[in-house]
Amino acid sequence: MKPDRRDFIKTSGMFAVGSMVLPTFMQSCQNVQISANVKSYLDHFEVSTEMLQKVIAAAMSKGGNYADLFFEHKITNSLSLEDGQVNRAFSNVDFGVGIRVLKGDQTGFAYSENLGMDEMLNAAKMAANIADQPKEFAPVGISEKLPADFYPIAQNWTDVTIKDKVPFVQQLNDKVFSLDDKVNKVNVFLGDETSYVLFYNSEGRLTYDYRPMMRIGAVCVMEKDGQIENAYSARSFRSGFEVMTDALVDEIAGEAVEKTNILFEAGKPKAGEMPVVLGAGGSGILLHEAIGHTFEADFNRKGTSIFSDKLGKKVAENFINIIDDGTLPNDRGAINIDDEGNDVQKTYLVKDGILNSYIHDRISAEHYGVAPTGNGRRESFRNMPLPRMRSTYMENGPHTVEEIFAQVDYGVYVDNFSNGEVKIGAGDFTFFVKSGYIIEKGKLTKPIKDINIVGNGPQALADIAMAANDYKNDSGTWTCGKDGQSVPVTLGLPTVLVKKMTVGGTNA
Amino acid sequence: MTKEEKYILARWAMNHALENGAQEVSVSIANSKSSSVEVRDQKIDKLEQAIQSGLSIRLFVDGKYSSHSTNRMKKEELGHFISEAIEGTKFLAEDKFRTLPDPDLYYKGDGMDLASIDKDFDKVDPQEKIDLAFKAEEEALGKDERIISVSASYFDNLNERVMVNSNGFEGDNANSVFGVYTSVSVKGGDARPEAGWNESAIKYADLVKEGSGKIALEKALSRIGQTKIKSGTMPMIVENRQVGRLFSPLINALNGAQIQQKNSFLIDKLGEKVVSEKLTLTDDPFIVGGRGSRLFDGEGLATKKRTVFDKGVLKMYYIDTYYGKKLEMGPTSGSTTNLVFETGNKDLDALVASVKRGILVTGFNGGNHNGTTGDFSYGIDGFLIENGKIVQPVSEMNITGNMKTLWSDIGEIGNDVYLSSSWLTPSILFENVDFSGL
Repeated sequence: MKPDRRDFIKTSGMFAVGSMVLPTFMQSCQNVQISANVKSYLDHFEVSTEMLQKVIAAAMSKGGNYADLFFEHKITNSLSLEDGQVNRAFSNVDFGVGIRVLKGDQTGFAYSENLGMDEMLNAAKMAANIADQPKEFAPVGISEKLPADFYPIAQNWTDVTIKDKVPFVQQLNDKVFSLDDKVNKVNVFLGDETSYVLFYNSEGRLTYDYRPMMRIGAVCVMEKDGQIENAYSARSFRSGFEVMTDALVDEIAGEAVEKTNILFEAGKPKAGEMPVVLGAGGSGILLHEAIGHTFEADFNRKGTSIFSDKLGKKVAENFINIIDDGTLPNDRGAINIDDEGNDVQKTYLVKDGILNSYIHDRISAEHYGVAPTGNGRRESFRNMPLPRMRSTYMENGPHTVEEIFAQVDYGVYVDNFSNGEVKIGAGDFTFFVKSGYIIEKGKLTKPIKDINIVGNGPQALADIAMAANDYKNDSGTWTCGKDGQSVPVTLGLPTVLVKKMTVGGTNA
Repeated sequence: MTKEEKYILARWAMNHALENGAQEVSVSIANSKSSSVEVRDQKIDKLEQAIQSGLSIRLFVDGKYSSHSTNRMKKEELGHFISEAIEGTKFLAEDKFRTLPDPDLYYKGDGMDLASIDKDFDKVDPQEKIDLAFKAEEEALGKDERIISVSASYFDNLNERVMVNSNGFEGDNANSVFGVYTSVSVKGGDARPEAGWNESAIKYADLVKEGSGKIALEKALSRIGQTKIKSGTMPMIVENRQVGRLFSPLINALNGAQIQQKNSFLIDKLGEKVVSEKLTLTDDPFIVGGRGSRLFDGEGLATKKRTVFDKGVLKMYYIDTYYGKKLEMGPTSGSTTNLVFETGNKDLDALVASVKRGILVTGFNGGNHNGTTGDFSYGIDGFLIENGKIVQPVSEMNITGNMKTLWSDIGEIGNDVYLSSSWLTPSILFENVDFSGL
């Protein structure tokens, strides 16, 4: 998607027409063979290829062996409903360039919120300080790279006004109230984000990306005989306004009400180790926490992950294939290029039970002598890229859901989660279960809620004894945090049986 | 931007909004600068520097409300941004509870110096910062053959902010922090346990510059051989710097928004005994050099010293102007400043010595709580205590229970207050906690 100057002015309100004076040397960029698409991004940020080359030269001036520039303009909007009314809105505009210099696996990083030549050169010089042997950098010819198109959209969020969005927010509130008399409070939010990214590096690669994102959700509070419970349902996609439909509103409302209703009868299981059946979909949080983070190659490069010496080794049953994928259509975890300008791919982390690949950024790929996997991501231009997940999921296995349940004498079934965490070195991971059920003699019996499950990554992976054929991607608002940086991700799983994990509960 | 430049731009933005359709406006402008260096294998691994600034504006338009922020600070662009924001706000529903605060409650100036900033922030030699990180690394690197990786960092940050409200408030504040952090990974069996230690201070001269590497190494080595033990109900001691994880759900339950939205387990409990009589807590904004010290809150309201719990009796909620109106309660402030616990007589060692069989929790691993019911379940690691002595490291376990019960079941509050936070938490012994393990 190419940013249209007109839309940009109209919707973001960032540039008054009178301030659009282009630097005179801008004219010369016409001599470089670049497409209209990339030209529109250069214009968007009011920079020329000559400027990019000069900033890169400054970044490389102290002897770095690689440098990149990550320009980003992000427009965020949100609307919220409380007490029946769409009565608050928020918007944010963020704009700037991150400048990174590498010397081997060492990183210098600085950013500027002002794209004037002096400010960019200053930031470049700061980042350059990671190296200390001044040398001349010979400019490299521009090599334009067209990004993939994993999130085509019909209607840009920047073309949509608050007036267009309000009815959907109101409708979601009304729908939740209409579904159950016990509902007494509803909170609804609708957020959209549009990012324009321009990337250039010391190898001459020039590329760009247009990144839409939306999220919508509702918190449902119900009261019954003095007991108050609440639950939450949400969806998020890299889609345009066309994704907003009555069907989506109904799906979220129904799920929020259903999830809340379960809680009134729910209790706690027995404390201790037991079999855990993970339902299809959001249970992919198991993969994200148990192995995803520990496969991130920055940890492995430093030897600090529990999987550091497991590459090429058998880590799971033969039928297990685990993937980290940046290419799913309109998926929250998809990216057309990663934040280091690299192509994005579908990466097998575990293939036929063998640890096949780590999750790489540029530094770790060089360290391991492999091609980048397109996992170099950053929260914004203010941050340096790190190896990060995209959509992490497991392919279907050979079993059926019925066969899986038949194996469990006493255990828990879980399918609704809020958060998870992992200790990379020890391998201990956790995920928090909002609701699920106790399984007794292969049957779901009493509902459970608000319990934490803890396991150890390599052990849990080896303990996945069965996987069904009902894989589902979860398109909730999953956000992954690492080193203070948040990035959007998704996850998915077929129904699986983990032989044993430690389940929070009571000892009574 | 200088403070005066920030005021001039903030007043301009406020007036622009008032002239273009807003009836009330609040504008904040903040800028910050920070630097950090991380070293590994006796080389600089990461070097970062940042300067940023941003404006945020709260708009009250025809009884409707919105808030906005941007880092594009040129007047022409800002003016356009604000005008568009005002037009957008008109499409929202009216909300009669949205107003600026009552001007009588504003901070009026002449407050004491709370020593929240190092006036010599810019005078620290950049090479000295790098050397501090290398020294921290040196304290651990090569000191034990089980070490896999040591990384040490130095960081600093300075924030400055001004706020102007259209019904007669202007105020500014600033704070700084300097810190050193070291983390160490060691090999023990298949696992590679890691531990970190952090020192920080408002003033560079006060920063404890040595020890983080040594402590991180000791802590990492102490984790070797960690394992889960049998499930059971036992006493639990939580180390001072980890107490905040269990205390924040209690504070969250006192928040006006949570109460009004029925997402609190302490609704309608003012004046009632809701937790153990051993808990007496004060919110004190005026501690000189306190991390949470401030003269006015995020809305401009003058801060006050307040009792939160008095011998277990709930004395206040955290109420801002908006939720105060919705709940028909006077605003206190929407957020905590410094939280001061009435402490007991024992330090951590003495608390451990008092336990026959229990667990000392030194770290949390995920988990969550239910704001409505107070139910919680968290992953933990720490040490098994037997007969007053630490006998082995434990991990991969959960604690599960309810916040009201947990905080009613305080055995003893320690005297070892954690000073590097606005929440001045001592170590605390809880009785009868459900642990899940084997």
